[in-house]
Amino acid sequence: MNDFAAARSQMAISLGFHIIYSCIGMVMPFFMAVSHYKWIKTGNIVYKNIARAWSKGVAIFFATGAVSGTILSFELGLLWPKFMEHAGPIFGMPFSLEGVAFFIEAIALGFFLYGWDRFSDGFHWFTGLLVGISGIASGILVVSANSWMNNPAGFDYVNGQYLNIDPIKAMFNGSWFAEALHMTLAAFSATGFAVAGVHALMIAGKKNVLFHTKAFKIAIVFGAAAAILQPFSGDIAAKNVYKTQPTKLGAMEAYFHTQAYAPLVFGGLPDTVSKTVKYGIEVPGLLSFLVHDNFADPVNALDKIPVKNQPPIGITHFAFDLMIFIGSAMMLLGLLYFLALWKKRSWLDKKWFLNLFILAIPSGFIAVEAGWIVTEVGRQPWIIYGIMRTSEAVTPMPGIRYTFYLFTAVYFTLSLAVIFLLSRQIKMVPELYDTKK
Amino acid sequence: MLYVVIAFLFLAILLYFLLGGADFGAGIIELFTSEGNKSGTRKIMYQAIGPIWEANHMWLIIAIVILFVGFPVIYSDMCTYLHIPMLVMLLGIMARGTAFAFRSYDAIKGERSQNFYNHIFVYSSFITPLFLGIIAGSAISRQIDLHAATFTAAYLFSWLNYFSVAVGLFTVALSGYLAAVYLIGEAENQNDVKRFIRKAGQMNVIAVVFGGLVFITAGVENIPLPYWIFGNPVSLSAVIAASISLVIQWVLISKGKKKIIRLSAGFQVTMVLLAVGYMHYPNFVMIKGGGNLSLLTLHATSKTIYDLGVALLVGSLFILPSLWYLYYSFQKKADDGKH
Repeated sequence: MNDFAAARSQMAISLGFHIIYSCIGMVMPFFMAVSHYKWIKTGNIVYKNIARAWSKGVAIFFATGAVSGTILSFELGLLWPKFMEHAGPIFGMPFSLEGVAFFIEAIALGFFLYGWDRFSDGFHWFTGLLVGISGIASGILVVSANSWMNNPAGFDYVNGQYLNIDPIKAMFNGSWFAEALHMTLAAFSATGFAVAGVHALMIAGKKNVLFHTKAFKIAIVFGAAAAILQPFSGDIAAKNVYKTQPTKLGAMEAYFHTQAYAPLVFGGLPDTVSKTVKYGIEVPGLLSFLVHDNFADPVNALDKIPVKNQPPIGITHFAFDLMIFIGSAMMLLGLLYFLALWKKRSWLDKKWFLNLFILAIPSGFIAVEAGWIVTEVGRQPWIIYGIMRTSEAVTPMPGIRYTFYLFTAVYFTLSLAVIFLLSRQIKMVPELYDTKK
Repeated sequence: MLYVVIAFLFLAILLYFLLGGADFGAGIIELFTSEGNKSGTRKIMYQAIGPIWEANHMWLIIAIVILFVGFPVIYSDMCTYLHIPMLVMLLGIMARGTAFAFRSYDAIKGERSQNFYNHIFVYSSFITPLFLGIIAGSAISRQIDLHAATFTAAYLFSWLNYFSVAVGLFTVALSGYLAAVYLIGEAENQNDVKRFIRKAGQMNVIAVVFGGLVFITAGVENIPLPYWIFGNPVSLSAVIAASISLVIQWVLISKGKKKIIRLSAGFQVTMVLLAVGYMHYPNFVMIKGGGNLSLLTLHATSKTIYDLGVALLVGSLFILPSLWYLYYSFQKKADDGKH
């Protein structure tokens, strides 16, 4: 593995794990706050126990999210010093604000975790909610920084010089809203389904059914609502990608030839030599419809772009289809839940119904990872779209493959440790929170 | 506005050194506590730093963000030539943060698992400030060679020299000292108070020894440290002030006046950093062959600096009061609990 590939892989591994930790760390506080609120309103101790149990999860994920985020803020410079040298002053605004939001999150978390029976209910509840709000704000800001790499704004690029820098314009570039909305909904649906699925597993095993049923409901309402809204934000995002990064859209759809009634291809194996997709299912006109809202208008394809400026097509297309497939399944599952809630209450404790949600535990995170592969791999060969190539940004230090191996080992170990800890938390629910005792 | 941003940069570094340092120090104290006293130390430490440690480490993020937004060339050069010590420091931060969270939030407090977390926690508490110090030492050691031809010259000897390592050890000792002083006030019984006073004394002696080592190694590496410190009145007075507060602490420690000792220890470390910072200002990194990376020349354009300054000023309006209230609340509750 050469150093450039190693640097990209190390960045991918670091981001891939950080995304999971931070999604859970920023969304779970909302579940916790709802349960906490219900306890304050109803006095039902089960809700307090759920909030306490979830707060342990939040603490674990905040700690792992914080350290992996700290590592990333250094890795930007350690792996991509030339990129940071030029991009830092332009897209740094959201990072500065994120530092503030993250700081507030850490302070609020200190209050919340150590504040049981120390502060008034209202203040204590508010600090828990603040953990979530500042967490989401951090997430949106970081995604806004990423969107600038996809859709650079706030400077003039003249003869290799970055002039007239305006960090505020860079922050509010044309893609920040589409990306931030899509990611925020993704975080809610992935975390909602994952948390709900774990509680469904416990219900299916007849363990502390009352506790887990209430917990399941809070988590799945968030997850299902977000999953149902997600396709709409996906549509906004796709139109925005076509407008700003036609190469990425071309790779996502494995769409080689510019044509009217542009087809959408599901699945298949893109062949970059013959510029065809084998074994795919083609729906004529659908891509035109997605991009232009009518079936006839031509859509620009990869043939408009020199091959040296094209991203890897196979992996981008596959990741995109995977994301769409899982996202659609989650949306249907979300609709099924609301149907059960309103019309078919008897389904809620049926084995098959619970099994569907158990099966869906990892689904949201697989879709999130696939989505980020589309975003990041689909932007290649650029680190700043159309301005700077990723290969120009990489550190001159040789031997990056060794740090890549090291970080890969570290992240896998860390994740195993987190899973181990969570399983112990869940195992101890009867002892710690059983109200019958 | 450039000076506002520079002030925040030094403030963040100072606060990270003081608060994060005391935090690392808690692990260092635990590392050098006898087996019998470890669990007692751990309990006091958990209560003392549990609610605040995450926030203490945010200062590092603030410092890094200021550096890469405001002074990107300095950040990028440091990241390139000090890649390896930064990497080790990062692994230390990761190991330490997760081990602390894990040992608090493992639902089953098994002996083996807790021992495992403790080991990771104490060793990473030692390694992280060691490498932080090495990075700080390397920034001023004139060993970073922008024209190095070989791997070892560019990426290894940029930081692997006697002076940088001595600064690293000095940082560890100061961290331990800060923590011991902090823990004196948190101890719940007279026995523990005495124990932490003894620890503070030991750490203080070690810090003075390593401080001497820094000067000796500076001589070995041909770094004109004495001239830097004694050659300008501000650094000189800072060093004198640090020494005086050292004496004050010696007198007060045995009397157990916790607030004044804490303030004085914090003041002492601040003076040490002021002496070091002032003698180089505005140079942030000093490179081989006499060149400098200066904060006053290698900054981002004025629009970026202005926006960054506004963000920091507005942000601190939110952060500082809530941070103060966090410390105040848990300090007050701890005091209430004791009476």
